[in-house]
Amino acid sequence: MGRIVLDQVNKSFDGVEVIPPLDLTIEDGEFTVFVGPSGCGKSTLLRLIAGLEDVTGGQIHIDGKDSTQLAPAKRKLAMVFQSYALYPHMSVRNNIAFPLKMAKLGRDKINSKVTAAAEVLNLTDYLERRPGLLSGGQRQRVAIGRAIVREPKAFLFDEPLSNLDAALRVEMRLEIGELHKRLATTMVYVTHDQVEAMTMADRIVVLKAGNIEQVGSPLELYSKPKNVFVAGFIGSPSMNLLEGPEAVKLGAKTIGIRPEHLSISDQEGVWSGIIGVSEHLGSDTFFHVKCDAFPEPITVRASGEVSLHYGEKVFLTPNHAHLHLFSDDGLRIA
Amino acid sequence: MARSNSMQLKMLTTVAAWSIGLMIFFPILWTILTSFKTEAQAIASPPLFLNFDWTLENYQVVQERSNYMRFLWNSVFIAGGSTLLGVLIAVPAAWSMAFVPSKRTKDILLWMLSTKMLPAVGVLYPLYLIFIELGVLDTRLGLIVVLMLINLPIIVWMLYTYFKEIPGEILEAARMDGATLKSEIFYVLMPMAVPGIASTILLNVILAWNEAFWTLNLTAAKAAPLTAFIASYSSPEGLFYAKLSAASTMAIAPILILGWFSQKQLVRGLTFGAVK
Repeated sequence: MGRIVLDQVNKSFDGVEVIPPLDLTIEDGEFTVFVGPSGCGKSTLLRLIAGLEDVTGGQIHIDGKDSTQLAPAKRKLAMVFQSYALYPHMSVRNNIAFPLKMAKLGRDKINSKVTAAAEVLNLTDYLERRPGLLSGGQRQRVAIGRAIVREPKAFLFDEPLSNLDAALRVEMRLEIGELHKRLATTMVYVTHDQVEAMTMADRIVVLKAGNIEQVGSPLELYSKPKNVFVAGFIGSPSMNLLEGPEAVKLGAKTIGIRPEHLSISDQEGVWSGIIGVSEHLGSDTFFHVKCDAFPEPITVRASGEVSLHYGEKVFLTPNHAHLHLFSDDGLRIA
Repeated sequence: MARSNSMQLKMLTTVAAWSIGLMIFFPILWTILTSFKTEAQAIASPPLFLNFDWTLENYQVVQERSNYMRFLWNSVFIAGGSTLLGVLIAVPAAWSMAFVPSKRTKDILLWMLSTKMLPAVGVLYPLYLIFIELGVLDTRLGLIVVLMLINLPIIVWMLYTYFKEIPGEILEAARMDGATLKSEIFYVLMPMAVPGIASTILLNVILAWNEAFWTLNLTAAKAAPLTAFIASYSSPEGLFYAKLSAASTMAIAPILILGWFSQKQLVRGLTFGAVK
């Protein structure tokens, strides 16, 4: 069980408010991702839940129990850090066993739990090694092992994959996702990488300057962003956010259109423009088109290989069903 | 060209380093040599370097006249005790300064260090009177406490510097893993800071061992350590250089040997964190 409720939680450092009062409920078993640009307070929020930082105001309930003043150790949460934070002077076995030793479990019980965790995480051959002799991915697995043996109420991940290379990141992403499916334990995951957020989350919490901008499933956020910030932050490449007379014509300050909701043709279309840089990914091609109607270049996604070249004149047609309209204050109109 | 230049420079610096090293070591060497001379040879002019009749007579006399072992034991007790007590107090202090600093932490550190700038003689009388009042004059306990207090700023500073090098996330991980403050310090912080703690202990033992001002002023017979043992040979019976040298050699030998065997550890500890 691991339902976490934040009630008017806020945090100030030396009188500077980094997190204004916010409410959030993380349901039991849910995979929640906090995402936002660096400095948005997502890690601070996680550390408040963990108890590594004291709240300035508000309450944190874990499983219905007011845990606001509880020490981190008493909250029964496990945390995986960006730097792995393994104990360098202990073997992998002792690293994983450490929380169990702190819980004063018997030796046999500790051994069987460590062995089981090592098997799940493919660490059996490395149990007697020191963390210094492991690769980044293995270290992160040890950190995860140390977290799962405790059978915590919830896992807290603080940008756990940021130090890994791209290929390993994809692999670990899947492993963590699988872990969540198997354990069905609440997971709270902090990342600045919206791809991680989209692929892993049941629910995404988008933060900006300590404020919750939107909470929703990945697809909700993708198809119905509440405001310009979420629209621009979620999705890769990001949504085209366009201003100018064309937007005013539609009764909005800003119109948003995702690259895949524009069609490109060298014959006819609504907006004419000139092709700038194009990115060929094989499966897709992204064109950056400079249109006459808008000051900023527009990104367009075309499926497969399309033979259009730099400097060519093209026409873009937006799919009106997928057009997002935002008002003067950046909020969604339609 | 550049290569021969760098060779020359290397030789020059090597010669300079050895010269400075020898210069620093020479008084100790001379003391050791003098301890093997007769009193007449010790004051011979021109001085004799190696060409004298080596004798162990001075050591015999010193051993017969005073109870070396009692002084040695006092030194071990006082240096070891004050270091142990100091580390016990300094570890939690340095932990809190390094990991939960307040706005005043830097000021406190500087203030602690500033106490080392105070001339010791300035507090001799008050301390002497306090010692009499408490009945700890000429006791090991009294000296242990005084030497601990004198060296505490250095111990805290050194440990603080080492602890600062340890990533806070590891201690946070321990906290999340259910460690109490005691287990966090004992199982995670201290093992990781072993090189730093070891060199702090070594340096402090050396400082306490060599401390003469307080040991001479606050002891008489019972708690007198080796510094008092040396001093007892210096004045009252005229100039007996050879015997004084023998006594000095016996007094510094243990710490010299300790220093020799732990020099690697000491250097590593003192430069800890300088290169990452």
